[in-house]
Amino acid sequence: MKKWQCVVCGWIYDEVEGAPEEGIAPGTRWEDVPADFICPDCGVGKEDFEMVEI
Amino acid sequence: MSNSTAPFVVIGTGLAGYNLVKELRKLAPEQEIIMITADDGRNYSKPMLSTGFGKNKSADELAMGSAADMAAQLNIVIRTHTSVTKIDTANHKVFVGEEPISYSKLVLAWGAEAIRPRMEGDGADRVFSINDLEDYASFRAVVDGKKRVLVMGAGLIGCEFANDMVNGGFEVEVVAPCEHILPTLLPTEAAQAVQEGLEGLGVKFHLGPLVTRINRDGDGVVAQLSNGTNVAADAVVSAIGLRPRLDLAVKAGIQVNHGIVADRLLQTSEPDVYTLGDCAEVEGRVLLYVLPLMASARALAKTLTGTPTEVSYGVMPVTVKTPVVPVVVSPAAPDSAGRWIIEREGADVQAEFRNEAGDLLGYALTGAKVMNKVALNKELPAIMP
Repeated sequence: MKKWQCVVCGWIYDEVEGAPEEGIAPGTRWEDVPADFICPDCGVGKEDFEMVEI
Repeated sequence: MSNSTAPFVVIGTGLAGYNLVKELRKLAPEQEIIMITADDGRNYSKPMLSTGFGKNKSADELAMGSAADMAAQLNIVIRTHTSVTKIDTANHKVFVGEEPISYSKLVLAWGAEAIRPRMEGDGADRVFSINDLEDYASFRAVVDGKKRVLVMGAGLIGCEFANDMVNGGFEVEVVAPCEHILPTLLPTEAAQAVQEGLEGLGVKFHLGPLVTRINRDGDGVVAQLSNGTNVAADAVVSAIGLRPRLDLAVKAGIQVNHGIVADRLLQTSEPDVYTLGDCAEVEGRVLLYVLPLMASARALAKTLTGTPTEVSYGVMPVTVKTPVVPVVVSPAAPDSAGRWIIEREGADVQAEFRNEAGDLLGYALTGAKVMNKVALNKELPAIMP
């Protein structure tokens, strides 16, 4: 399971945790997160995330 | 006289300008667009400037693309190091000196500028604002190998820089003429939790006095404070506030207030002139954050491509990037009637601003309480529904 970071504000999407408050269940892989997902902290789109090794 | 075959012209290549153009391209891939920027046009994230020292990132490493990269990616023309000198709204032209550039639609996305401190002394050229990538590059060069940084201002940016520079190995002192840090965002107890966290890292605060004079002292400076204290430093960061850039708008007869006045369609007082981002005052609100900027970019792209769309702002909490004591705050609307209900355990503060009926109007969370934001966000009203 990987982590993805918003390049604008640094918010982290952890595939293990998902983002339940945004309707994304724990364990949801990034490629399965809907295309219209936006960063909950800053609003940028899915295309502005990059995979990070943490 | 409108010129409907002329391009869209966007002034500013910050997050506002570039995100607007990205959204425009999704809707109108063939629309001719010219962007004009006074700087080098590099795409970067301003929020990331506040964590650059701790992560040991150079300006080059923070840049996400050159202007040439962006021009190719977005299929647009970008005029870098180019200053617009005049806007002629009647004739739908902007001028770069003598050169006219016609527009069908004009978007002002030129952001806010750092308020410059006024003080005496010969050390003014050792006082830096860090409001864009070039500022950040200059400052990094100046403090390379140095030790002591004085930060003027204890608002969001001042506190973020203080934490970041400590993380980068600097000794930091902060001067601000306020009773507690983050005075416009946080109630006292929450501010104290953050201050104590920063003090635990070695940050020294001088709250109450102003800097009255900055004199050169060898390669560094000595700052004199209004309470008689002297602070020696190798460099000074001024983070005393931002104000929307207004000059060119005022000269063009475009209505301004605190920011460039815009309605919910992001139209200014002049036909075919729009605005978004840090320079914009949308229905009375100047919001210097990315969430409202992104909502604006999406709405304005639709408006500019034939689907007039009013921007709305939902719940938009602000994160203060002070990792020693993280903060998430959703300020209540100005002039809200209510009171703070505050619980504090050390670094962890839960502060809720509620009206008489018990409705939640705002909150401030620090430390471990930050994770309660999800539940509280559900109770909050939209900022601009």
